[in-house]
Amino acid sequence: MRFRRTASALTVAVTALALAACGDDDDGGGGGGDSAEPSVAETPEFEAGTTMAEIAERGTIRVGTKFDQPGFGLENLEGEVEGFDVEVAKIIAGALGIAEGDIEWVQTPSAVREEVIEGGEVDMVVATYTINDTRRERISFAGPYYEAGQQIMVASDDDEITGPESFTENPDATVCSVTGSTPAENIREYLASDSQLVLFEEYSQCADSLSNGQVDAVTTDNVILLGFVSESDGEFKLVGEQFTEEPYGIGITKGDVAFCEFINETLADNEEAYVAAWESTAGQVEGTETPSLPEPQPCS
Amino acid sequence: MSEPSVLYDAQGPRARRRTLIGTVVALLLLAGLVFLAVRRLVDRGQFTMEKWGPLIDPDNEAFDAVWRLLREGVVNTLKAAAVAMVLSIVLGTVIAVARLSLGRVARIPLIGLVELFRGLPVVVLVYFGVRVIDDVGIDLSGWPGGQVFWGLVFGLTAYNMVVFAEVIRAGVASLPRGQREGALATGLTDGQTMRIVLLPQAFRVMLPAIISQLVVVLKDTSLVTFVANYDELLSQGDTIQRNLDNPIQTYFVVALIYIAINYTLGRLAQYIQKRQARSGRVSRPAAATAAKAAGPAQVGGGA
Amino acid sequence: MSPVLDNLDLYVDGFLTSLRIIVYSLIGCLLLGLIIAACRVSPVPPLRAFGTFWVTTFRNTPLTVVLVFCAFGLPELGINRSFFFFGVLGLILYTSAFVAEAIRAGINSVPAGQAEAARSLGLGFSLTLRDVVLPQALRTVVPPLGSVLIAMFKNSAVVGAFGVGGDLWSTGQILTSARGYETLPVFIGVAIGYLLITLPAGALLQVIERKVAIAR
Repeated sequence: MRFRRTASALTVAVTALALAACGDDDDGGGGGGDSAEPSVAETPEFEAGTTMAEIAERGTIRVGTKFDQPGFGLENLEGEVEGFDVEVAKIIAGALGIAEGDIEWVQTPSAVREEVIEGGEVDMVVATYTINDTRRERISFAGPYYEAGQQIMVASDDDEITGPESFTENPDATVCSVTGSTPAENIREYLASDSQLVLFEEYSQCADSLSNGQVDAVTTDNVILLGFVSESDGEFKLVGEQFTEEPYGIGITKGDVAFCEFINETLADNEEAYVAAWESTAGQVEGTETPSLPEPQPCS
Repeated sequence: MSEPSVLYDAQGPRARRRTLIGTVVALLLLAGLVFLAVRRLVDRGQFTMEKWGPLIDPDNEAFDAVWRLLREGVVNTLKAAAVAMVLSIVLGTVIAVARLSLGRVARIPLIGLVELFRGLPVVVLVYFGVRVIDDVGIDLSGWPGGQVFWGLVFGLTAYNMVVFAEVIRAGVASLPRGQREGALATGLTDGQTMRIVLLPQAFRVMLPAIISQLVVVLKDTSLVTFVANYDELLSQGDTIQRNLDNPIQTYFVVALIYIAINYTLGRLAQYIQKRQARSGRVSRPAAATAAKAAGPAQVGGGA
Repeated sequence: MSPVLDNLDLYVDGFLTSLRIIVYSLIGCLLLGLIIAACRVSPVPPLRAFGTFWVTTFRNTPLTVVLVFCAFGLPELGINRSFFFFGVLGLILYTSAFVAEAIRAGINSVPAGQAEAARSLGLGFSLTLRDVVLPQALRTVVPPLGSVLIAMFKNSAVVGAFGVGGDLWSTGQILTSARGYETLPVFIGVAIGYLLITLPAGALLQVIERKVAIAR
């Protein structure tokens, strides 16, 4: 893992150098140069009063992410966070002239994401954060930077459950998800009764329960499920098509259009770093396809 | 179990033989069950070094990191429990004294407060401390230790201060009346009597109950895992098993650590209680009343 | 307060689920607690050792950890029951240790002469306990036992997080995190739900305490 991380940092570095050479980046990519972490813009300049100027001035950025989501944001035993969300946040921080070491990681489980943005406790949240209108009432989203979709995972020898409709047809089948998460709410409409839904604090508990036969299925975004499938040595499999679209966005303060546009431009300008970020993290899982950066939604 | 029980005679030779046979049969049955359980766990791959190594093998590459996390967890658990404990004792004393000295009517809101906090699950109070206080715009993040730490401490304090208020009230009430009368007769004011004469004695009587309650607070720190992230012992266990995929093994070790700490505290409370009873510094009836009053407190804990 | 009124049906369901957890656990922990207490004072040394082991283990482990083992450990042993069963079982195991200790303290509070008199009449251990000591122990047992049980009612909140769902606590979690309601009103609703259980229980306890005290 350590080696891979270094490798990915190198890829990022090369990309940044290439971009700096092109020099078509009017907002963030002023620097480049030959420092140890070359993906970091050296002295980016921003219009006074913008969030970017404030963060660059401060020299640190506070990023909310998950600490318990393998592949996206997972705290390792050394206390560092790893994953695709983390790498995406590093790309944006780099464009603001902030090195990896100056990023302050804040754990933001699903339940608190809007709150910490509203309360100004973080500058942005990159945490498998699905863009939707309810959330847009309280915060704004940049991105999306990834498009996931909800799917269903079952034991490999299970032929009964073939998709979400199976839960309507078979009222005894149980499905596990995380308390208060979007997937848990989405699956409800397919259930014959509420007692089919088993809720835990995190998805690994669902995977454990699937493994020891306590539940019949686990549902959440496909990319998270693929992580469990690849770790399970053939014990689990995915069934059915994805039945929702979950565009992951970057949560920022409501109405901060300039920051939103800056993030979208940064991602568009760093597509190779984006690909490298994927391949060094969530892309390690068998069966995933390297995504291309989705078309950004208009900032508001 | 030093004194012979009055509930039964010492066992005779036949009873002893029956006991022995019963014990052997029970142990055999138990051994059989353990064997089945172990075989099943082996089948499920729960006894592999891959799962246990990071916890018990010092040569394992993750061993150092795992135990550093667990150590930090213990320290953070103790820290939160200690601060919550001190705050609970201070505020509990204030409430107890207020209840003892206020008039019948002025006491009512205080009783309401006690009933409110005593009636709520600790996890709900911790939720209020960590999440709701923050949501209504009270910012604790600047305090040393951070917002979650203080939220947890306040949640635990809200519950335990009213428990202590009751413990201390009972402690003061258990003192012989002559103590208060004597103090007043020497010309001390009501406040001085309370502060110099009654409270110190009450505290000494209640010391075992206070230590027992510390066990409760210590266990309750783990409730924060349902609300937010604070790196106490159980949360560290979560982090470890998330990385190493060995929940059963990790939580087993975590449980042993809790039991070791809490058992030690429990023994300490027993030791102090016995010493007090022997030294006679606390009068016997007072100690007995206090122990009875403390009873509910000792066991009226949260999770 | 509108989040509470808008979702009153969820709250009522949550209240009933919590009540269901409490009723099953109540019966279970009283029975199991009595058995463990009997072990703790029994003439058979191995039973005493077992009782001590039981009480030490469950009194010193956080309920959360006990529940983890019930929900994830027992299925590893091939025991597959509903999460509701496991949750209630965990709460029973945990509370039984406290119930046992409360009962044992009550037994110890009965004057030695009572048991001696019973034995001199020729009653054995179980009859002495059942007909003479326990009825008298009851009055000292009631206050601490009541506290233990009310604590158990409150602890039922933790059970909901282990796959049971639908209780008061989980309802609060779902309303705030998935449906985006403000935390304050939602959890005032949750708090009221628990107070509706604990306050009457506390009042009932006082009435019983007074009744038992008169019987003295």
